[in-house]
Amino acid sequence: MADKGVPLTGSAAYDEELYGGSAGVTGYAAVAQDIEEEEDVDERERAVASKLASYTAPKSLMNDLPVTDDGDQDGSGFMQSRRIVDRESEYSKRRLDRIISPDRNDAFQMGDKTPDARVRTYADVMREAQLARERDNTLRNIVEKRKAEAEASEAQLAALDAVPTKASGMAPAAPAAPAAAPAPTATAAAVAAAAATAPGGKRSRWDSSVPIEAKKPKVAAAPEAAPAPAPAAAAPVSDWDAVEATPAVNRWDATPGQAPSETPGRIWAGGAEATPAGRWDAADGAAQPKRNRWDATPTPGHGGGEAGPGETPSAAGKRSRWDATPAMAALGATPAYGAGALGATPAWGAGMATPAGGMGMETPTPGMLAAQQAALGAVPMTPEAYQQLKIEREMDERNRPLSDEELDAMLPGAAEGYKILSEPAGYEPIRTPARKLMATPTPFGGTPLYQIPEEDRAQKFDVPQQLEGLPEMKPEDQQYFGKLLKDVDEEELTVEEAKERKIMKLLLKVKNGTPPQRKSALRQLTDKARDFGAGPLFNQILPLLMSPTLEDQERHLLVKVIDRVLFKLDELVRPYCHKILVVIEPLLIDEDYYARVEGRHVVYCAVPVLHRTALHWPALWEIIANLAKAAGLATMIAAMRPDIDNVDEYVRNTTARAFSVVASALGIPALLPFLKAVCQSKKSWQARHTGIKIVQQIAILMGCAVLPHLKSLVDIVKHGLQDENQKVKTITALTIAALAEASAPYGIESFDDVLEPLWKGIRLLRGKVLAAFLKSIGFIIPLMDAMYANYYTREVMIILIREFQTPDEEMKKIVLKVVKQCVGTDGVEPDYIRQEILPEFFKHFWVRRMALDRRNYRALVETTVEVAGKVGCSEIVGRVVEDLKDESEPYRKMVMETCDKVVRGLGAADIDARLEELLIDGILYAYQEQLADESPVVLNGFGTIINALGQRAKPYLPQICGTIKWRLNNKSAKIRQQAADLISRIAPVMKKCDEEKLLAHLGVVLYENLGEEYPEVLGSILGALKSIVAVIGMTRMTPPIKDLLPRLTPILKNRHEKVQENCIDLVGRIADRGAEFVPAREWMRICFELLDMLKAHKKAIRRATVNTFGYIAKAIGPQDVLVTLLNNLKVQERQNRVCTTVAIAIVAETCAPFTVLPALMNEYKVPELNVQNGVLKALSFLFEYIGEMGKDYIYAVSPLLEDALMDRDLVHRQTACSVVQHMSLGVAGLGCEDALTHLLNYVFPNIFEISPHIIQSTTGAIEGCRVALGPAVILNYLLQGLYHPACKVREVYWRLYNNVYIGAQDALVACYPRMEDEGINSYRRHEMDVFV
Amino acid sequence: MASLSDRFNINAQLEHLQAKYVGTGHPDINRFEWNVNIKRDTYASLVGHYSLTAYHAIAENESIGRIKYNFMQNMLLPCGLPPEKEEEA
Repeated sequence: MADKGVPLTGSAAYDEELYGGSAGVTGYAAVAQDIEEEEDVDERERAVASKLASYTAPKSLMNDLPVTDDGDQDGSGFMQSRRIVDRESEYSKRRLDRIISPDRNDAFQMGDKTPDARVRTYADVMREAQLARERDNTLRNIVEKRKAEAEASEAQLAALDAVPTKASGMAPAAPAAPAAAPAPTATAAAVAAAAATAPGGKRSRWDSSVPIEAKKPKVAAAPEAAPAPAPAAAAPVSDWDAVEATPAVNRWDATPGQAPSETPGRIWAGGAEATPAGRWDAADGAAQPKRNRWDATPTPGHGGGEAGPGETPSAAGKRSRWDATPAMAALGATPAYGAGALGATPAWGAGMATPAGGMGMETPTPGMLAAQQAALGAVPMTPEAYQQLKIEREMDERNRPLSDEELDAMLPGAAEGYKILSEPAGYEPIRTPARKLMATPTPFGGTPLYQIPEEDRAQKFDVPQQLEGLPEMKPEDQQYFGKLLKDVDEEELTVEEAKERKIMKLLLKVKNGTPPQRKSALRQLTDKARDFGAGPLFNQILPLLMSPTLEDQERHLLVKVIDRVLFKLDELVRPYCHKILVVIEPLLIDEDYYARVEGRHVVYCAVPVLHRTALHWPALWEIIANLAKAAGLATMIAAMRPDIDNVDEYVRNTTARAFSVVASALGIPALLPFLKAVCQSKKSWQARHTGIKIVQQIAILMGCAVLPHLKSLVDIVKHGLQDENQKVKTITALTIAALAEASAPYGIESFDDVLEPLWKGIRLLRGKVLAAFLKSIGFIIPLMDAMYANYYTREVMIILIREFQTPDEEMKKIVLKVVKQCVGTDGVEPDYIRQEILPEFFKHFWVRRMALDRRNYRALVETTVEVAGKVGCSEIVGRVVEDLKDESEPYRKMVMETCDKVVRGLGAADIDARLEELLIDGILYAYQEQLADESPVVLNGFGTIINALGQRAKPYLPQICGTIKWRLNNKSAKIRQQAADLISRIAPVMKKCDEEKLLAHLGVVLYENLGEEYPEVLGSILGALKSIVAVIGMTRMTPPIKDLLPRLTPILKNRHEKVQENCIDLVGRIADRGAEFVPAREWMRICFELLDMLKAHKKAIRRATVNTFGYIAKAIGPQDVLVTLLNNLKVQERQNRVCTTVAIAIVAETCAPFTVLPALMNEYKVPELNVQNGVLKALSFLFEYIGEMGKDYIYAVSPLLEDALMDRDLVHRQTACSVVQHMSLGVAGLGCEDALTHLLNYVFPNIFEISPHIIQSTTGAIEGCRVALGPAVILNYLLQGLYHPACKVREVYWRLYNNVYIGAQDALVACYPRMEDEGINSYRRHEMDVFV
Repeated sequence: MASLSDRFNINAQLEHLQAKYVGTGHPDINRFEWNVNIKRDTYASLVGHYSLTAYHAIAENESIGRIKYNFMQNMLLPCGLPPEKEEEA
């Protein structure tokens, strides 16, 4: 099942981390990541933090979305993989290592009952987490110790050489022993077993020693045979001795194949049952019959003796072999055991171990490693070498030739009447592999001839099986949905199985089905969620989500399923809370923004669900709402608490993010006490780290919403600055930075307590921690008063300037950021900056290398612009202007962008003549030299600077134009395009400098270039022409408009978007301003061309087109244009028709409605749905545009609307309703109540429609009438149905009533009906009857 | 298909939006609740429009402050105690 990346045994993963092999993010790197990710990942998050609650992304982001090509790309070899794993970083992939923990006990549901022993309780989980942590610590210690020993032992090597006493086999006892030490044997064993499946995702390799033992029959058998009567419940000697007895060779074994009962993360459906059953029970020594997993383990391969210990008869009935261990242990010291070990490990000298040394030892004796290393050639080993060696040894061990003893054991011997033959004389074993290959044995019976293959109709030739009514199953789906392929009789299934099958089918449909299939499956899953039950649902969904072959789309759909199901299941989800989180949390750090939003949404949904169920709780919680609230939180905390100090950084990271979402769902105060406890945890630095990280994430996620709780949040984390752990220190500083950033510009008083430690810190610390400290200071300084800011800036600047020369990229970025923050603060004097900061700043940062990294580039430009804001434009521009002629293009670009931004912000007023010259010279150089690059940086800079100079640019214009003209004829299309683009940017300045002649000349040149064949260039040329026309006007344009326009008409046919857009803009402008220069016939021709442009994808084009219709109609009269447009209503394409209706409305608006309405209304007679709807739509737009002008036309269109509102066709009524809406809003207060009341009577029956569109427009029409007729009228309509006996009717009426109420609450007071008192209740409103 | 659920959402959103305002009703609102809303709205409106308060002050021969105070007091239980719930299952 785990074909990819999911370790069946954790050994590999574990060792990597232990030895620091290729582990993705540990130690120093993790800190770097902390710093980095929050810059990178959270930048966008922050921008949308406020929109969190909504599922949709802000429009700005939507627009930036690259439009995906919807072509059918399936199976295309060129396509990028869509699987999530393929784009994930190493770090993100660690999600696959996580184990979906078994169900948990729902403490809240149980009340006082004792939890069922088989269910995992919170305590269990916590214990496991602690074990994992201890194990991790111990392992680390061991590694360190080993290293130290290895070094120490080198000196003693010679002495040890002679006596390789301590078996290396002793070592395995050590790591597990601390855990085992205080516990009685059985517990120890069980604990070790538990550790093996603990949710850390990593199995220690130590536990594999058990199956290994099984492999060695002689070892196990020997002790068993000798002291058979040994008391079963003897002294608690660690049974690890027995394990140690296994030959030393195996201690390196991870033996993945040897642990068939291991439950790797994702077979938890089965595993979940098995694991909780045995483990803790065993630990407690409970009397109930247990299914110990070691019993269940099928004896592997040649483990004949294994059965022995397991079957030792004893009082406890079916006993785990662990119970039998004392027997073996007692035997530990006997020579028999040593002999056995020796026998089993012929390859290794270590088997000679004198057992005495190792008995019950909990730490490796110093000699052991040394001895082993001595055997290996006495080289002190690096962790990598260890690893390497380990693998090698494992391979050797497995592939070693069988020894005679082993063969004897396996094959029947003389006793059974067999005889061992000696090899024939002259036989020589083949030693060279090459010859081995040659010696292919000839098959018996000579060369086989062709045989007709036997026919097997049932055989499937790798053709994926298809199921009736189900979507195609991908090969990788087989493991999840394989069951569906089996033919079963539905009747014979149990209820559970039937349910499972049903869910499976639905999920498959959701995952792979067509949209309609997906939709109905999703609905069924949602509707029946409670029938299916939480367990069966999540048991199938969650493993699917963890599947390594999942694609983005599939994940999205499955997350959607969870999302829907969550709401339905309500309190039933509680036991599954952690599982869901394990699966969902990775989404929170996905690099895909939408995945993060989605993940957040689910966590976000989960919280209220739990929360709400908390509200529904009986008895205990119901009394105080707040307590109930806390119960929702409690579930979440109970679910995630163990993950907070998980040894795996990945788990902690995701947990922190999940908690921040919880905080934003339930409010910060709810979480504060918990956070406080976590952040001050004494137990482990991991807990503190995570706690502080949660605070950081809260700050990032919630932005200024942290302000009310700022003080308490800072108090919670502040002690972390003095933590002994570097990582905690770093994250604390980063958290404070995040808090300061979120709360800016308020809240400085909350940071009082941290200023001093931060201050001390930046003087003492170095490296990453210093970077983090600097960052937090950088964010705090802007909150200060001017005076303090000045003082602190000066203080911190000393350190900053020292760090200017750091080679560390991260540090550089942070230093730049801090400089930016400090410089931007009030109270920092320009003189100070000029003298103290600038020289060093330019010396170290304005170097070519900075332009190469995108983030450095951005940070440097931003900081420099900020500095320029203080010291002035010429100071900065003067310093960098020479670099515009630098030979490195990226560097020039950076200089250009800086000049651009500085000049745009500050103007060119303080640029003197000399600098001006240099600047123009520089930008011209940069412009001419730009080659590779597509970005508009240089062009923008050029435009900005020339525009800022204004009239001062006049002397340079001829030179610039010369360059442009020359470049317009360049061979390279890109250069021509740049030249044309530049014209459009400088045209306004040329006008300002009275260079009209030059402009006109450029116009002609451009006109001559209209034959351009590259669409990109053509688009730019049209754009340039447009800007020239705009500045010099229609009359003085050269070439004259009457020549220009006919040249443009054919270009309108061009399908390239850029060409279309620029062309239609130019044509529209001419139609608007200079229509008289062109004959009407030409305009009509253009009208026809324009119809095609209504099909354009780009909205800007369609809008420009529609407007152009208006201009043309104005120029040549509406009749002809209108005919064209009305005819266009008959086309099939909807978008085209809609645009046509808009155009008609615009024509009506520009040429007065009475020129258009008759023809338009006449068109309604055409018995064709599209046309009639088009007419209505046009009317709707028309009344929207003409506003109060509509009062003259209401009576004219009323009969038409009456007809439309009574039409059978839904769309007729819908569109007519929107006409009424726009009309009524336009004429409100203009005395058209009679007509509107009349129309309202036709609108009103439509309120009972069920199609959402028509409901919407009906509601709109009624709202419009409310505005025009007053709420009293509408209220009178509504009173009829507010207390209708049918609930459906009431629903509709109350919805409308609420609309009226919200819209005109005050005005309704006067027109509520009179009510009569009723019993004790006085409904009468006497106040309304008061008169003077 | 996505749009269909969206459309349902629009209506769901509308109802959600309405529910945010105090004083809006729903199909199962009873006579008492509706009247409480009506009365409170009435008093709020009277207190909110100074001219109306002044008008009532003159009509009742009380000071404007007293009238305001009375109206606000009346908003507490405008229709008296709620009727016994008939069937609460």
